[in-house]
Amino acid sequence: MQNRLINWFKYSSPATFYPVAGRLAPIFWVIAIALIGYGLYLSFFVAPTDYKQGEGYRIIFIHVPASWMSMFIYLVMAGWSAIGLVFNTRLSFMMAQALAPTGAMFAFISLWTGSFWGKPMWGTWWVWDARITSELILLFLYLGYMALVGAIDDRRRADRAGSILLLVGVVNIPIIYFSVKWWNTLHQGATVKMNGQTSMDETMLWTMLIMALGFWAYSIAVAMVRVRSIMLEREHDAQWVRDMIGEQA
Amino acid sequence: MRGDRRLFEHLDFDLESGQFMYLRGHNGSGKTTLLRTLAGLLRQEEGEILWDDTPIHRIRDSYHEELMYLGHLNALKGDLNAIENLRIDSAVRGQHLDEAAAWQLLTDIGLRGHEDLPTKYLSQGQKRRVALARLWINRSALWILDEPFSALDATSVDVLQAIIRQHLARGGMAIVTTHQEVDLTSGEVCCVVLGARDA
Amino acid sequence: MLETLLWIIRRDVTIALRRRTDIFTTLIFFVIVVSLFPLGIGPELDTLRLIAPGVVWVGALLASMLALEQLFLADHRDGTLEQMLLAPQPLSLLVIGKVIAHWLITGLPLVIMAPLLGLQYDLSLEALKVMIWSLLLGTPTLSLLGAIGAALTLGLRSGGVLVALLVLPLYIPVLIFGAGAVEATTSGLGGSSHLSMLGAILLLALLGTPFATSAALRVSAE
Repeated sequence: MQNRLINWFKYSSPATFYPVAGRLAPIFWVIAIALIGYGLYLSFFVAPTDYKQGEGYRIIFIHVPASWMSMFIYLVMAGWSAIGLVFNTRLSFMMAQALAPTGAMFAFISLWTGSFWGKPMWGTWWVWDARITSELILLFLYLGYMALVGAIDDRRRADRAGSILLLVGVVNIPIIYFSVKWWNTLHQGATVKMNGQTSMDETMLWTMLIMALGFWAYSIAVAMVRVRSIMLEREHDAQWVRDMIGEQA
Repeated sequence: MRGDRRLFEHLDFDLESGQFMYLRGHNGSGKTTLLRTLAGLLRQEEGEILWDDTPIHRIRDSYHEELMYLGHLNALKGDLNAIENLRIDSAVRGQHLDEAAAWQLLTDIGLRGHEDLPTKYLSQGQKRRVALARLWINRSALWILDEPFSALDATSVDVLQAIIRQHLARGGMAIVTTHQEVDLTSGEVCCVVLGARDA
Repeated sequence: MLETLLWIIRRDVTIALRRRTDIFTTLIFFVIVVSLFPLGIGPELDTLRLIAPGVVWVGALLASMLALEQLFLADHRDGTLEQMLLAPQPLSLLVIGKVIAHWLITGLPLVIMAPLLGLQYDLSLEALKVMIWSLLLGTPTLSLLGAIGAALTLGLRSGGVLVALLVLPLYIPVLIFGAGAVEATTSGLGGSSHLSMLGAILLLALLGTPFATSAALRVSAE
């Protein structure tokens, strides 16, 4: 038991994880580029034209996976935060912080592409649809987290304060989503419903999944790169960083 | 750790019933940080702080029952008078201090006649005395006092020393930082000097 | 335990009553914000009646948020927060006391003032009644949620703006159901379901937020 525990926590130390992250990052870069490239090829050249929405619909191959990722990354960050608060592992906090900009970026992409999609489909750049509104709020939550962590000079406090905020956010997201949905159905006259009933072509579904997997790989790759720089910045005093720099010099 | 700076390591000491610990060190050597860590306000980066062989963060409420901590700040509300301050402070600690007892306490610390004044109008030394009045009624086992003698006049210093001596004689423990030379040699004394090592 | 709670409330309310300007600044801010809207939108009563619930609620939201920064700051500065953290009492209990006091000082005046402002917007008596109820059920939730933000940003340089960024997204459900209740009444649907939602949210907030606030305070006071 003792042994297993130590093994488990071995990778949670920045000194051991730094080289691991360095080795993993290029692998995920390759996977990400391959999948996203293939996915883009499928979405532009293979997937059939939608009989209702024409060519413009193709933007959903970016839009939908980006929305998925933006929500998923928030959950992952909250998970890392919970682990960090319980086990007091520095790496977990660093992972949460490394993921935040990527999550915010996906939330932004999702809103941006949604608005591009909305202009030809609905005739307006912005619609107060329940999903769009929730995505906007999610973007606010990301920005709030990054602002809080950035505003605190003391690392330990920044780690923990950010984690508490993430966990509070995760508990709140269902309530926010539910209330926005309620609000939306009450104001139905003003909004346009997304056409969820169109049966989806199988190639479309595959394309979307491949794009989603590509975004996954991209997120992991970026997080690895970012977590490495966070580690160096924070642990510049630690022995392992000094050793490493010494070797290179 | 404060910020990115490692303040102390390899620190190891025990404190037993009736013992007095005298914490010394120049400015910035980490006295206050150590006291706050011992009180459980700060979480140490490595190592453990044990109370009755149990880490303090695991038994927080019962540890705090046994602890009296007085920091640099007097923890007084400037808009309230001394009586109100003392009574509320007891309530926060879960004890009841009735009005008559609070009056008596004020007499003990020699502040009778100032009871109607919001504490923001008291002098530094008087405020410090109100803050320290908590010790008169406190029966916690461990006192952690950060610079308790600052701003006090000579008589008050003597009175406070007597109170601490009494506390030790009852079997209590005290950890105190101070710049002044004070005579507390009754009871066992151990002395920790911080900042001997160069940063 | 109850005695401690009452003492905390009594302390903060007494202090607030001794320096009354703090109460009035929040209230006046609320009145000014709500009064600005007709100037920006125009005096047509039909339009005003339509936007009244939203305007009053957004005003209440901003006003209660502005007051948040002060929630723990004074205690942090004079050292009483330290004593509360070290008290052999559950910290969440003390937090609840602080929040209740904060609501009595900043939230309750808003609730009392709101009907007067509703009159400026030509709301019906029925709608005014629902507005009071919605504020009565909603503003405590704002204080409870806001306390988390106040605790997280305690003593930071950009505290005030940061609190807004952290707390406003969390306020959205309260805004939706609060303003929705009044709106539903004016449109003849009846606001009772909105009010029960507000009540449910308040209950949830009461159960959950004190722990988050306590954890945040321990982190921030390090």
